[in-house]
Amino acid sequence: MSGAEQLSQYLISGLTTGAVYALVALGFCLIYNTTHIVNFAQGDFLSLGGLLLYSLLAGAGLALPLAFALTVLGSALVGAALERLALRQARSREVTVLIFITVAASVFLRGVFKEVWGKQALAVPSFSPETPLRLLGATFTPQNLWVVGITLAAIAGLGWFFNRTLTGKAMRAVAINPRAAALMGIDVERMLLYSFALAGGLGGVAGMLITPITTASYTIGVIIGLKGFAAAVLGGYGSFMGAVVGGLGLGLLESLGAGLMSSAYKDVIAFVVLLLVLFLRPQGLLGRGEAARV
Amino acid sequence: MTRGGRIFALQLAALALGVLVMPLLVGNPYYLNVLNVMALMVIVVTGLNLLIGFAGHISLGHAAFFGLGAYISAVLSATYGLDPWLAMLAAALAVAGIALVIGLPTLRLAGNYLVMATLGANLIFTTVLLQLDQVTGGPSGFSGIPPLSLFGQAVVDDQSFYWLVWAAALLGLVVARNLAQSRVGRGLRALKDAPAAAAALGVDVARYKTSIFIISALYAGVAGSLYAHYFGIIAPKSFDIFVSVELVTMCLVGGMGSLWGGFLGAAFLTPLPQVLHVFDEYKDIFYGGVLLVLLIYQPQGLAGLWARLRARRPLETA
Repeated sequence: MSGAEQLSQYLISGLTTGAVYALVALGFCLIYNTTHIVNFAQGDFLSLGGLLLYSLLAGAGLALPLAFALTVLGSALVGAALERLALRQARSREVTVLIFITVAASVFLRGVFKEVWGKQALAVPSFSPETPLRLLGATFTPQNLWVVGITLAAIAGLGWFFNRTLTGKAMRAVAINPRAAALMGIDVERMLLYSFALAGGLGGVAGMLITPITTASYTIGVIIGLKGFAAAVLGGYGSFMGAVVGGLGLGLLESLGAGLMSSAYKDVIAFVVLLLVLFLRPQGLLGRGEAARV
Repeated sequence: MTRGGRIFALQLAALALGVLVMPLLVGNPYYLNVLNVMALMVIVVTGLNLLIGFAGHISLGHAAFFGLGAYISAVLSATYGLDPWLAMLAAALAVAGIALVIGLPTLRLAGNYLVMATLGANLIFTTVLLQLDQVTGGPSGFSGIPPLSLFGQAVVDDQSFYWLVWAAALLGLVVARNLAQSRVGRGLRALKDAPAAAAALGVDVARYKTSIFIISALYAGVAGSLYAHYFGIIAPKSFDIFVSVELVTMCLVGGMGSLWGGFLGAAFLTPLPQVLHVFDEYKDIFYGGVLLVLLIYQPQGLAGLWARLRARRPLETA
């Protein structure tokens, strides 16, 4: 394999994982914008997506489009439940407490997944037959195309939703100023619920896309979720474009770094990037202005 | 002595008495072992609570500081033949240095950047432990760590380590109490109540927060060294990100930022997995569930519950 061929191989695998990181980062971003908390259960939505898809396809034998839709619905419901049953009930409004409610929810959900689906890795079927494709000397499967394609579609859909629909605009208003939004007659609590449902749905989509490549398990979302979080920080925490740029950038960095240097430390790259961004440019690549200093 | 000081002295004396009597009640060395682990957790969580209580920041990397203390102590004493006490000192210095590097840039920023940075650091730490198997022993762990010795005697059995580790835990509580009353502690408390006023009166916010973070990491590092020399064998699994979450859980269950909260949380949660055998399977559901309910309905933890019960009693004539 020539150098150029190898490079295009790395680029394709980097874009694939990068697309998934971008979806996870978007989920972090959505919830941060409306509530100012970091939702540590985002990665578990991803696990849930993969596990549900496995059960609906391999267990219930449903057709892929139906299984896909039901999985989005299921993970959106769990997202909504996190907001309605946990965060909204909280006696304290302190951000630290709320963040740790999501950490607790993450541990709890992982425990539930383990009981329902067991500890073993489950093989999720690909979306279409595994005929290898070749492009610029790189070999890849149609699943890579599905990942990138559906991610792009999801980003376009979010763009349309936030710019063209009344609900989307109302959610943006809540993100900018909840008080003013409430005074304009927007049901702020409902918008918070929607943002968690949307983040849950996005996590579910990310899980369905990646698990045919990685297999599904109750912990699959932990590391991917944390890397998506690193991607969100890299792009600028809370920025939508930043989430996409950070996700793709991190995916590429990781695959090039692992390919060109050492694969032993592949999993470290994302977190080294995370630390470097926090130390050198905490507002991220596309974040607005300087992060406030105390 | 102030009233608060007298109450603390009484509580401490009660705990010390409990520590003295306990070995008479517990014949089984296995339970002694559980009590020893509990003391180690008390040390780590008391340190973590200093950070949460005074700086208002949460660290999701304390398992890494605990692990750094353990591994540096282990490698220096077992591989390089350094005296365990010196190894422990070197480990503490290294932990302080790493905490400084992480804390200095992130604690200047408003917001929860420390959570992110410590989380990232913990993930890097466990990966390095697994990959550097020439030095650390990799996933199967590092064994053959020599015990500490005291008065010419190796602290190797459960009973003698019990005295050492509980003395350290009590000392840790006293130091924490003194820190809370010190200039830095008072400055940070002022900062929490009125940031602008505190800064105007010369509280160097970033520096105070960084000092507390370093001290907090030191508690974990020292506990880690004690752990390594006690068990003689350590493995990366004891220091991963999930352990960091468990440590914060102990803090929150006990009472965030309350001096005795760390003790209560560690004392309540450490023995559970050892006592309940079915617990291992449902550990995540249990930990997650308890933490969820507590954070939602009783964010001040067990310490807060105690204060609330006391407040319900009719006023005492003091």
